[in-house]
Amino acid sequence: MFANLKNNDKLIMLGFTIMVFAGPIILAPFGAGYPDLLQRFAIFGIFAIGFNILFGLTGYLSFGHAAFLGVGSYSAMWMFKLLTMNVIPALILSVIISALFSVVIGYMSLRRSGIYFSILTLAFAQMSYNLAYSVFTPVTNGETGLQLRLQDARILDAVNTSGSLPSPSLFGLKLSATTVVEAFGMRFQFNWGFYFCAIVLIIMFYISLRIFRSPFGLMLRAVKTNQNRLNYTGINTRPYTLGAFVISGVYAGLAGALLVCTDPLAGAERMQWTASGEVVLMTILGGAGTLIGPVIGAGAIKYAENIFSKINDTVLEGYFAFMPETISDFFVFIVSPFVGEGWHLMLGLIFMLVVTFLPGGLVEGATRITGWIVSLGKKSKSVDANGSTEAAE
Amino acid sequence: MAILEVRNVSKRFGGLQALDDVNLSVEEGSIHAIIGPNGAGKSTLLNCFVGRLMPDTGTVLFQGKSLLGKKPHEINQLGVSRVFQTPEIFTDLTILENVMIAAFAKRDGAFSFNLFGRVKKETEIRDTAEKILHDVGLKEQLTHSASAMSRGDKRRLELAMCLSQDPKLLLLDEPTAGMARADTNATIDLLKEISATHNITKVIIEHDMHVVFSLADKISVLAQGTVIVEDKPENIKGNPKVKEAYLGEAEGE
Repeated sequence: MFANLKNNDKLIMLGFTIMVFAGPIILAPFGAGYPDLLQRFAIFGIFAIGFNILFGLTGYLSFGHAAFLGVGSYSAMWMFKLLTMNVIPALILSVIISALFSVVIGYMSLRRSGIYFSILTLAFAQMSYNLAYSVFTPVTNGETGLQLRLQDARILDAVNTSGSLPSPSLFGLKLSATTVVEAFGMRFQFNWGFYFCAIVLIIMFYISLRIFRSPFGLMLRAVKTNQNRLNYTGINTRPYTLGAFVISGVYAGLAGALLVCTDPLAGAERMQWTASGEVVLMTILGGAGTLIGPVIGAGAIKYAENIFSKINDTVLEGYFAFMPETISDFFVFIVSPFVGEGWHLMLGLIFMLVVTFLPGGLVEGATRITGWIVSLGKKSKSVDANGSTEAAE
Repeated sequence: MAILEVRNVSKRFGGLQALDDVNLSVEEGSIHAIIGPNGAGKSTLLNCFVGRLMPDTGTVLFQGKSLLGKKPHEINQLGVSRVFQTPEIFTDLTILENVMIAAFAKRDGAFSFNLFGRVKKETEIRDTAEKILHDVGLKEQLTHSASAMSRGDKRRLELAMCLSQDPKLLLLDEPTAGMARADTNATIDLLKEISATHNITKVIIEHDMHVVFSLADKISVLAQGTVIVEDKPENIKGNPKVKEAYLGEAEGE
């Protein structure tokens, strides 16, 4: 049954769509059901899915994808400033500009492979980051970051007389609008911004699924395994790797645009190498080369960043309150360095454990657990049928 | 008619003259063996055919067209497939996918932006691949990973990949290297079978005399970078020049 589930694309899409749309309900009990975090889950999910098309399929490890994230953000901001607050033109421009950037950077970086490729992409990304701070200040507004202003042109929008800054919308539907439902003693927040990101995420997930199943995707996997054989089999690998690089660059650009759609402010720190490293972590943590892994990895890292970082000693004392005071103090002492400001430690620990024991990421963990349950089920069934355990073995 | 012609090819690596004015012509439809002691330049010569190495002087003509300066994938697209000394396959993929990739390369060319096709629905490619895998005698489950196969089976798979492209010329670089006698004989039988069913010109680089004399129509003997003799197998055996070239090594065989 599970094997069928794994290979049935329609079921995968259906399951994925339901999980994403029900996100605000499913995540509310975990304290992650607020719009800001939900949007980040969806946006970084897109970023990681795209990165996985390059890294997971071809094995080319880019350390500079944050550059495309930043480029996407700036392009979208300029659409908001010059044209309209509608998000559609912003997304279109960010896709075009990030595609152009990734063609240039990809073309030059893909002349090398392995560590040299990684270093080249890192260099290009850091160059973009520094240029955004220095030479391109008129475009990027340097350290302050690119923001909306009242006197911006916005030639397609009606004249703003309210005196307050406009906010991004989808054909008049404000993305910041949230419907709050109180039920079962919890607050469920349904935010338009999240649902817009969710729809883009589902579309981009579907595209990634089709690429995985296509002859193009098969060639990308072959590049990862044995590029030499592929060349001698009559395949020119360069356009394939460049294609994968540009596709993943466009995913990153789109994610960058969505970041400013939900929070209209674009800063250069978005392009820094730490941001590039983050998407690598997300993909590996979730499971590189798997379909759903990057989304799970992105969720796990953003959850850690936003939830673990908010746990302080008082909250911890609450958790351990059921114990006698001396023991609970001891536990608080042990755990506290890993939460709050030290959440990176926790993340590092989880990452280390996953990479060591589950090289296939969290997805491998899930597969192992389901496989274990299935085999347990089979065993108990055959025991019932034959009345002895020997027959089962 | 000669399908492959090598004219005055020389190649030097630093102080080593690897190939020295090599002339060779391979008749269409024949099995042509290139033999020679270690370091005679056999592999260097083969690498000049497939675009891996560029000869310093001379030309390599395939069906009358020069192969010099062409990239490996371009040469393959012209109809030249090669088998490596150690089987080179896609170990992360399934056995069937390995052959399907070769069949895709034949049908769609060196690059095709087929982003939204479905590998599953390519029944024609799949059927070709399955038939050829059956032809080469691979009885394993075709959806299994190619990584766990025996060396002999990997060789069969690599041959299946080449055959699925229906090449005009098949280059075999020591196809039985490192194999036990039984596997070697199985490979000879397989190559004979392939020759019976597919009309493909073959060039075999080989060390093992047993293989060469069971398969070849014509043999070129390479020693110290030059072809010293080119003749039919029965005339090669007694040739004093060949004996001289192999002296000291023939006993080891």
